[in-house]
Amino acid sequence: MADLNMNPDAAPILYLDGVSVSFDGFKALNGLSFYVEPGEMRAIIGPNGAGKTTMMDVITGKTRPDEGQVMFRGITDLTRLDETAVACLGIGRKFQKPSVFENHTVYENLELALKADRRARKALFWRLSSAESDRINNVLETIALTVLRDHIAGSLAHGQKQWLEIGMLLMQEPDLLLVDEPVAGMTDAETEQTAALLRKISKTSSVVVVEHDMEFVRSLNTRVTVLNEGSVLAEGSLETLQQNQQVIDVYLGR
Amino acid sequence: MSMTQSNGPFSFLYADKGGQIFLAILFGAAVLVPILNLVLPASSVFHMPTWVVSLLGKYLCFALLALSVDLIWGFCGILSLGHGAFFALGGYAMGMYLMRQIGDRGVYGNATLPDFMVFLNWKELPWYWHGFDNFAFAMVMVLLVPGLLGFVFGWLTFRSRVTGVYLSIISQAMTYALLLAFFRNDMGFGGNNGLTDFKDILGFDIQANGTRVSLFLASIVALASCYLICRYIVSSKLGRVLIGIRDAENRVRFLGYRVEHYKLFVFTLSSLMAGVAGALYVPQVGIINPSEFSPANSIEIVIWVAIGGRGSLYGAALGAILVNYGKTYFTGALPEAWLFVLGGLFVAVTLFLPKGIVGTVPSFKAMTRSRNSRSETAKTATGETDG
Repeated sequence: MADLNMNPDAAPILYLDGVSVSFDGFKALNGLSFYVEPGEMRAIIGPNGAGKTTMMDVITGKTRPDEGQVMFRGITDLTRLDETAVACLGIGRKFQKPSVFENHTVYENLELALKADRRARKALFWRLSSAESDRINNVLETIALTVLRDHIAGSLAHGQKQWLEIGMLLMQEPDLLLVDEPVAGMTDAETEQTAALLRKISKTSSVVVVEHDMEFVRSLNTRVTVLNEGSVLAEGSLETLQQNQQVIDVYLGR
Repeated sequence: MSMTQSNGPFSFLYADKGGQIFLAILFGAAVLVPILNLVLPASSVFHMPTWVVSLLGKYLCFALLALSVDLIWGFCGILSLGHGAFFALGGYAMGMYLMRQIGDRGVYGNATLPDFMVFLNWKELPWYWHGFDNFAFAMVMVLLVPGLLGFVFGWLTFRSRVTGVYLSIISQAMTYALLLAFFRNDMGFGGNNGLTDFKDILGFDIQANGTRVSLFLASIVALASCYLICRYIVSSKLGRVLIGIRDAENRVRFLGYRVEHYKLFVFTLSSLMAGVAGALYVPQVGIINPSEFSPANSIEIVIWVAIGGRGSLYGAALGAILVNYGKTYFTGALPEAWLFVLGGLFVAVTLFLPKGIVGTVPSFKAMTRSRNSRSETAKTATGETDG
């Protein structure tokens, strides 16, 4: 632990240390510990109730753990912060259900997510600069929604909403992206595109992806952590995990 | 680096056709009403009696109140069922100034104490009445008291993330508590009877035609400026954040915005506007009493907004004016029927015009347009088969 505090650049971008959360006696997280290196993409799998979403809630400040620490860059304990403060540190979160602003256009959704001073008095007199407008257009290209930029987000297809939300996370320029089941309900083609998108994103920021879809996890081609009953069961490449008897018993075998 | 650079100072109004019409109507009324009342002789058919001027002024105050509710409900999803409290507090601040202007012309002829205090055998003016003989001080209080209550109420509720129906219930409780407090004689605000028998405002006779017309004009100016402020806010990025909070509060939070600060800002602004509306209302109706705090009043404001069209600003103002015109008419013609009419109207609007009057007009236009084009294509289709 001590050496983690020394150099923020060398420290893991995210380090969960003995995190426990219980709801009415049910231990959603039970001494969960793992870390993510800067620039790494990590997939997290596990059966229902393994604590994947609770883990996201703890990292983003939505749920306060009973015990344990969540260190960001080895210097900030995220368990002391609320959602807004965590987001401002550079941690973006994508929800399981597409969560975009349905009554805003695609463009306005990205504009709201744009990295800028978040204070109300700044927002009142804010004007889009041309550099910022270029950035929005770049992200529109990345998420393949340029043609739909002036459409109301509520009119988008399910997969497009998911991409828009990923695009909004990109606008935040986060150092760490938490993505909860991005391909649930997507067609095969959309799933492939999403995997490509996430691989592209992982070049510039660390990404943690929670996912059920094994094909999708395989296509991410990255290190996988298996959660079970609120703690880490195993960790490694998908190929080695598929040989692991414990993992097969609790998850893959079913 | 000003916001107005190449687009002109009112660029936020360019796309707001309804708002332009609304402001044009207000301007027209500001020109026409003084002429009809002051210039035309009383014998003329077109002469507008002074009581009508004051009635219109009262509607404008309600329109401003509805505007303040629409800003928070229509754009930020905060359903306040206690906004009448801010209106009444603004009204009481103005009422206290007007009471002090009576001086020794009261029934008891007491130069230092208002009549109701003499009646209660009070010997000296309570500390919180001091300063209200000064107009500027009273106007500061018109803003400060409702603004402060709105700020404290908002700070407590938004910080603990009280939303939805819970917030509505708490706001009802707030206005009800104030209703009970202001009913008490020992509060020093005239108890049940409230404040009335006003004589002058700024040295002018409050009953005089000129004063009445001036108050009407002041109401128009207040409504138009508050409309511009609200429209600017909802067209700014702050406004888009507010709509985001209304539609997906958590998303806004996870994007790094302090949701409670944004809510607190609009809620406080809205309570200030409600206070101004109350202050303009009192001299035009000549009385302020605790019934203004009644929970039913606050619910009625929400009905005006719903009927006019939530989230359109001018729709809320229109709803307030139309419903109150209906109220004036029905309470005269069929007093027992009014509450049934109001309830029926609310049910009908909720069922058939969920976007209110203003929200329904454009979709009605679109409907007839698409019907026309459909019948045209049908015509050409049949024409082709005929040919």
